[in-house]
Amino acid sequence: MTQGLFRKGLTALALAGAVVVAAITGVQPAAAEKIKVAAIYTLPVEQQWISRIHKALNTAAERGDIEYVYSENVANTDYERVMREYSEAGQNLVVGEVFAVERAARAVAKDYPKTAYLMGSSFGPSGDNFSVFDNWIHEPSYLTGMIAGSLSKSGVIGMVGGYPIPEVNRLMHAFMDGVREVKPDTKFLVSFIGSWYDPPKAKEAAFAMMDTGADIMYAERYGVSDAAKERGVMAIGNVIDTQNEYPGTVVASALWHMEPTIDKAIEAVKSGSYEAADYGSYSFMSQGGGSLAPIDPKLVDEKTLAAVKIREQEIRDGLFRVNVNDSEPKSSK
Amino acid sequence: MNEILEILLSVSFWAAALRIASPLILGTLGELVCERAGVLNLGIEGIMTAGAMAGWMAVYQGADLWTGVAVAAAIGMILGFIHGVFTVPLGLSQHVTGLGLTLLATSLSYFTYRMILPDVPSPPRIEAFQPLAIPYLSDLPIIGPAIFEQTPLTYFALIAVAVVAFVLYKTPLGLAVRSVGENPAAAEAQGIDVYAVRIGAVMVGSGLMAVGGAFLTMSAFNAFFFEMVAGRGWICIALVVFASWRPGKALLGAFLFGAFDAFQVRLQQVVGGDIPYQIFLMLPYLLSILALIVMSRRAAYPKALMIPYRKGER
Repeated sequence: MTQGLFRKGLTALALAGAVVVAAITGVQPAAAEKIKVAAIYTLPVEQQWISRIHKALNTAAERGDIEYVYSENVANTDYERVMREYSEAGQNLVVGEVFAVERAARAVAKDYPKTAYLMGSSFGPSGDNFSVFDNWIHEPSYLTGMIAGSLSKSGVIGMVGGYPIPEVNRLMHAFMDGVREVKPDTKFLVSFIGSWYDPPKAKEAAFAMMDTGADIMYAERYGVSDAAKERGVMAIGNVIDTQNEYPGTVVASALWHMEPTIDKAIEAVKSGSYEAADYGSYSFMSQGGGSLAPIDPKLVDEKTLAAVKIREQEIRDGLFRVNVNDSEPKSSK
Repeated sequence: MNEILEILLSVSFWAAALRIASPLILGTLGELVCERAGVLNLGIEGIMTAGAMAGWMAVYQGADLWTGVAVAAAIGMILGFIHGVFTVPLGLSQHVTGLGLTLLATSLSYFTYRMILPDVPSPPRIEAFQPLAIPYLSDLPIIGPAIFEQTPLTYFALIAVAVVAFVLYKTPLGLAVRSVGENPAAAEAQGIDVYAVRIGAVMVGSGLMAVGGAFLTMSAFNAFFFEMVAGRGWICIALVVFASWRPGKALLGAFLFGAFDAFQVRLQQVVGGDIPYQIFLMLPYLLSILALIVMSRRAAYPKALMIPYRKGER
């Protein structure tokens, strides 16, 4: 946070300098130098989802394409203000997530037509400068489902989620579809803990599922893999790669890569061609936005690995389409 | 109906109930000690956060687990001292001071965490307390695995209940604490230093709360997260009323809440398809409110609770 603030001060200085230079020489600052990107996160940068965006922006900053500042753990009630502050400060591109402030964020964007906004959102783009993205990794989620289905002996799979919002639901459904391709009569246990960030609670929900016989856990939240590890049950990761942290527990993970989305947006801002668009498809496997983390061959049999490989190729080639279902998943009866 | 019985009869359910209850037992006990001396401590949520952060951070920096617990308790006592100074000799509003302390302690914890770990790709982990089976006792049917295969901090919480109950009711010190909470003028007439006893009680209580917070990062989980106390401190405030300011009943109340929560996650899987999940998440709170209504009708609160004592005033 302090670093963010410190950088923010530097940015303001740099901005003042840029304005002076622009005034003297009359050149467009965006075309001549690094573009200024600010990110606003409602959770700390360690949180899975946020960490992927943070990583992509850091990579772009290290490459020298952008100047990156950020504010983390911003309350939703404060989100609009922070958006305005960054917009007023002359940021070229503002990145963030507006799942709880969809309407307010769009209103702010309308007031700053010169700023480009790229926001994680459940809805579509709006106006001239408000683009949206999301973690569309339903494709690798489907593939992890196939692996989970092949590994489950009890035929019961547990899934612990934060809140049933579209981006969570669709990944869960894709995962379940993948499981059903391999093992059609699998029983699913689904619970939501009503928090993005309560590992002890997520752990308890996972324990309860394993007590009921779940032998594969779908780890949507922190804490689930820990519970699985304690009971010697296997888990499927989501968004980030945690296989190194839980060797022998996390067998497969559906990864999200934010780089293609961010790079595309930076390019558009640089060339002055930024417009309101849906960047969702840059999270697809074919765009490099989603992938399957390397699978431990000791844990998964060859037949399954081969089947997953074929499916993966079909998805990349556009021959197989993973269904998108945004409705709230329920436990099987 | 059968499934509900099955849940209630399973050992893992009772073990989960006690596990969920552990931080609440310590928090409630801490609040109870403060209130018994006549000081409401709404700093609890912040103190638990500070304990969760400080204890974890100490271990992450290389201290062993019990040293981490001691660090958490010490931080809690320092924060308790601040609350005590403002509310006891200065006699400021206990509500305002407590809420202010929660804001201060919470933000300070996040700030400190970020200063030390500015840019981490994923939450750093420690080697947390592992479940420890007590020889012989853990072999008992049902009760054994439910109560005696917990982590050491849970045993600490249970022992703390007994110690606090003993001190409060069987020692002169406990009598002093109770009397400054009931009638400070009479206590002073007996030669008891009201300020010292009140501040001391707030410090000890705050230390217990902080260890309750440390349970979350050092026993229930192995990493510190922003906002991970998640309102548990406020639940403790209500549990003290439920307990009628008695340690034994505090244990019962915290355990009941833990049981409701453990029941809720299990019930969600049995009938989850038909009922919105929010209903289940609401269940422990709803049942606690009902229990609170029933229990608190006969609650005898400390008579001098929230009334600042001014020396020599008549």
